[in-house]
Amino acid sequence: MKRFASPLFAVLITGVSVLAQQKTVTIATVNNPDMIELKKLSPKFEEKNPDIKLNWVITEENTIRQRITTDVSTGSGQFDIVQIGLYETPIFAKRGWLRPMENFPADYDLEDLFKSLRDGLSYQGKLYALPFYGESSMLMYRKDLFDEKGLKMPDQPKYEDIKKFADALTDKAKGVYGITLRGKPGWGENMAFLGTLLNTFGCTWFDMKWTPTIDTPEWKKAITFYIDLMKADGPPGASANGFNENLTLMTSGKAAMWIDATVAGGMLENAKESQVAGKMGYAPSPIEATPNGSHWLWSWAFAIPKAAKQAEAAEKFAVWATSKDYIKLVADDIGWAGVPPGTRKSTYDNPEYQKAPFAAPTLQAMQTADPTNPAIKPVPYTGIQFVGIPEFQSFGTVVGQNISGALAGKSSVDQALKDSQAAVARAVKQAGYPK
Amino acid sequence: MKKYGTLIFGIVGWVIALVIFFPIFWMAITAFKTEQGAYSPDLIFVPTLESFKDVFARSNYLLFVMNSIYVSVGSTFVCFLFAIPAAYKMSFFPTPKTQGRLLWMLSTKMMPAVGVLVPIYLLFRSFGLLDNLIGLIVIYTLMNLPIAVWMSYTYFCEIPAAILEAGRIDGATLWEELWYLLRPMCLPGLSSTGLILIIFAWNEAFWSINLTSANAAPLTAFIASYSSPEGLFWAKLSAASLLAVAPIMVLGWLTQKQLVQGLTFGAVK
Amino acid sequence: MSAVTQEPVAAPVGGPASAEKPNILLALLETPSIIALLLWMIVPLAMTIYFSFIRYSLLNPDISGFAGIENYQFLTEDESFWPAIINTVLLMGAVLIITIVFGTLLAVLYDREFFGKNVATLLVIAPFFVMPTVSALIWKNYIMHPVYGLIAFVLHKLGLPAVDWFGDYPLISIIIIVSWEWLPFAFLILFTSLKSLDQEQKEAASIDGANAFQLFFYIIVPHLQRAIGVVVMIETIFLLSIFAEIYTTTSGGPGHATTNLAFLVYSLGIQQFNVGIASAGGILAVILANIVAYFLVKMLAQNLKGR
Repeated sequence: MKRFASPLFAVLITGVSVLAQQKTVTIATVNNPDMIELKKLSPKFEEKNPDIKLNWVITEENTIRQRITTDVSTGSGQFDIVQIGLYETPIFAKRGWLRPMENFPADYDLEDLFKSLRDGLSYQGKLYALPFYGESSMLMYRKDLFDEKGLKMPDQPKYEDIKKFADALTDKAKGVYGITLRGKPGWGENMAFLGTLLNTFGCTWFDMKWTPTIDTPEWKKAITFYIDLMKADGPPGASANGFNENLTLMTSGKAAMWIDATVAGGMLENAKESQVAGKMGYAPSPIEATPNGSHWLWSWAFAIPKAAKQAEAAEKFAVWATSKDYIKLVADDIGWAGVPPGTRKSTYDNPEYQKAPFAAPTLQAMQTADPTNPAIKPVPYTGIQFVGIPEFQSFGTVVGQNISGALAGKSSVDQALKDSQAAVARAVKQAGYPK
Repeated sequence: MKKYGTLIFGIVGWVIALVIFFPIFWMAITAFKTEQGAYSPDLIFVPTLESFKDVFARSNYLLFVMNSIYVSVGSTFVCFLFAIPAAYKMSFFPTPKTQGRLLWMLSTKMMPAVGVLVPIYLLFRSFGLLDNLIGLIVIYTLMNLPIAVWMSYTYFCEIPAAILEAGRIDGATLWEELWYLLRPMCLPGLSSTGLILIIFAWNEAFWSINLTSANAAPLTAFIASYSSPEGLFWAKLSAASLLAVAPIMVLGWLTQKQLVQGLTFGAVK
Repeated sequence: MSAVTQEPVAAPVGGPASAEKPNILLALLETPSIIALLLWMIVPLAMTIYFSFIRYSLLNPDISGFAGIENYQFLTEDESFWPAIINTVLLMGAVLIITIVFGTLLAVLYDREFFGKNVATLLVIAPFFVMPTVSALIWKNYIMHPVYGLIAFVLHKLGLPAVDWFGDYPLISIIIIVSWEWLPFAFLILFTSLKSLDQEQKEAASIDGANAFQLFFYIIVPHLQRAIGVVVMIETIFLLSIFAEIYTTTSGGPGHATTNLAFLVYSLGIQQFNVGIASAGGILAVILANIVAYFLVKMLAQNLKGR
C-alpha cells in the first residue's frame, strides 16, 4: 500500500489545488445572437484558462437590465461581469459601481476600438467597459422592388425622399407595405428610432435649463410626419411592432423599407432565416433639418461591478471576448458576416468582411454617430436616442406610450405632446433637475 | 334519446376543448418548424428538430428542469405541511374569528410584486438567499400558503362531518378517522389543489428571475432567455416552451386520473 | 341530508369529541400558518411603507431624505393614474365574469360522460400550464397579429379586413388572453366541487319533474356557491396585479389603454429604479385591493360561510 501512497498523494494534492483555485465567473448578458455565439465559443476560453469556470445568466434585454441594475446598484455581487450599454455605463461609472478596465495584453490594440464607443463607455477619462458589439441605425430597403419601379436611392436620403418612395412602393392589395418602423412603446423600443427622427427634424428633449421642449412645433412636425407616413404606407398593428415584429415583416418580404439597427443587416442576409437575403440595399439613415443625431449609437459592453467576487478572472474574460482573436474565432465558426459588428476598425478593414453589403454603411454610421452632439442646438444631456439620465427609462417610456397612442388613433398629436411635456416636466422635477 | 344526448354533449365538449387547446397546439407544431417558416400559417410542413437541437446546445435544460421541480414540489410540500392542519382546524372546528383569518391570509397577497421587489431583494441578500433554491422555496411557500389554506378549507367544508362522527361513534381513533375516512374523501380536492400550487410555482416568473442568477434558476429563467432577443426566435421559443411545459403536462396527466377516478361518494349516504 | 350544512359557525362541528381535544392543540394547528404569513406580511410591508415616504432611487443616490407624500403625489397626479385604476377594475371584472360563467357551464358539461372525456378535460386545462409570458407571445404573434397572425389569415381568406387587435381593442385583447389563461383554473375548481354533489339529490329532483334549467339553477349553482366564492376571491387577488401579459404585448399602450395599477408602478417606479415611487405604488395597490375585497366579501358573504 505504501508504494501507492506517494503518487496518490501527489494526484490528490494536484486535484485539490486545482479545485481550490477554480474561480467561478458569473456572466449576465442579453440573449442576442452574438452573445449566444459567445457562449457557444466560450469553452475555448475555459480551455486556455482551466482555473476559470464560466456561469451564464442570459435573458431578454429588459429583464437582464433590471437584474443587472438591481445587482450593481445595491452592490450585491451576484455577477462578476455584466453586459451594459452606452446608457448605463456612464451612470454606473459616475456612482463608482464599476471597476475601470486597465489590464490589457500587448496585442489587444485598444485604439482599434471605435473612438465613439470608447468615449461613450468612459467616464472622466477612464474606460469602464469593453465593447462587445456596436450598432448604429441605417435604412434598409428592397433593392429588387426599387429596381422594379425604377427608383434610385440617393447617397444620403432625406425623409421627404422616403415618403415619396414609400408612397410609390406600397401595394396593400399584394400585402406589401412601403415602410415599416417601430411603434411599440418603450424608451428602447419606439423611442430609440423616434429619438433619431426627432433629432434630425431639429427637436430637443430639454433646453439648457432642463425645461422640456416637447410641446413645440418641431416635435409636432416630426411626429405628424411619422404618423402620416405609417398611416399611408405602414402595416396594420404598427403601434405594437417592435424590432422583432419588423424583422419578421422584412424577412417575409412584406415591407419595402425599414430604418432600424445596423445589426439587422446580418439577419436579413442570413439565407437560412430570411426570404430576402441578397435582395437588400443599405443606405445611411435619412436626415431632415440637420444631420446631427440622425442615427443612433449603441453598444453592448462588458463591465465589472465593484462588488464582483472574481474581478481578475472576469477582466480576463472581458478582454478575451472583445479581442481580435475572438472575432477571428467567430469568423472561422460561422463566417465573417456573423462576427460581432461595430466594435473594431480592423473588422471593417478586412476584405472578407467588406464583402457583406451592410458593412460599409454600418462603418460610416458608427464613425459619424456622436452622442455628445445629438441635436441641432446645444443641449444639457448626452445620448442620441436617449437622454443620459436615470429617469429617462421611465419618462422616455411614457412619451413612447403617448406617441404610440397617437399612432393608434387614440389621441391627437397635440394631446400626446401636451401630455408628454407635462409628464417629463414632473419627472425631472421629482428627480431634482435643474441641478 | 339518451344516446343522442351523450353524443351532442360529446361533440360540444370536444369542440370547446379543441378551441381552447388550439393556441397551444399551434405553439407545439411551430416548435417543429424552421425559423423561416415559423410564422406562416401552414399546417402541412416538413418537421425538423433543429430548434430543439439549438435549445439543448445552448442551455443546460436539465439544470433548469431540476430546479423547477425542486422548487415547485418542495414549496407545495411545505405548503401542505402548514396548510392542511390549519384548514382542518378551520373547517371542522371553526371559531368566530375563522372567516376573518381566512380573509386576512388572502390579503397578504394584495401587494403586487413590482411594488415590493427591492425590499425583498435586500432582505434576501442579507440572509444569503439570493440565487438559492431554499430562498425560492421559502418565498413560494409563503406566496401559495393562502391559496393552499383556502382551497383545502373549501374541500374540507364539503365533507359532511356526519361521516366522521359516525366513524368516531363506531370506535375509530383520530388517526383512523383521518386516514380511512377523511383522506379518500378529500383526495380529489387536495390533488387538484396540489396541482394548482405546483403550477403557480412552476410558472411564477417574477421572483424566480429576479432572485436567482446561475445556480438556482428554474425554467422560467430558461424561457426568458428565449423570448424577444434581437432576431428571429419563434421556433426556438416554441421548442423551449414545449420543453418547459412538458414535465407539467405529464404531471397533469397523472393526477388527472386521480381527479377523475370514480369516487366513493356512496359513503355519503 | 343537509342537516349538517346550516349549523351556526360558532359551534364546532367536531361534536362531543372536541371535549377530548384540548383547545390549545387545536389552535396549534393553525399557528404555524398564521405566524409564517404574519412575518411575510409585516416585514416587507413595513419596509415598503418606509420606502414610500423617503426619496430613494437606486440609480440616483443624489436624491435622498424624507419625501412626505411626494411619491404618492407623483403617482396620483399622473394623468394615467385614474385610467389605470379603471383599467385594473375593468380587467379584473371582465375576466372574473368570463371565467366563472364559462367555467361553470364547462364544469356542468364535463360532469357528464362522453367519449374521450379524460383527454378532453386535459385539453381544457392545458392553458393553465403555460407560462403567462409565453401565452401572451403566442396570442400576440401567432394568432392576433394583423399581418402574419392566424386570425388575419382566416379573415383574409374570407375577404374581410384584418383586425388590429392590440391597436384598436387593446384592453379587450388583454382580457381575451387572461381569460384564456384563467378559465382552466375556474373550471378545475368548479369541476372538482361538482364531484361532491349528491347524485341522489339530482335524481330525486329529476323524478319530481325538474327540467335541466331548474336543475341547474336550483341544485347545481347553490352547491357550487362556495367553490365560486373561492374562485372569485383567489382570481381577484391575482387579477388585480396582472403584469406579465401587459408587459409582453402592449407595454401599457397604446397611450395608457392597457396600463393597470401594477404596470403603472413598474412604468413610473421600477423602470427608473425609483424605489420610493414603486413603494408608494405598492401601497396604493394594496389600498385598492382592500376596497375591492371589501365589496366582494359583502357580495359573497353567503358563499364564504363555512359548512
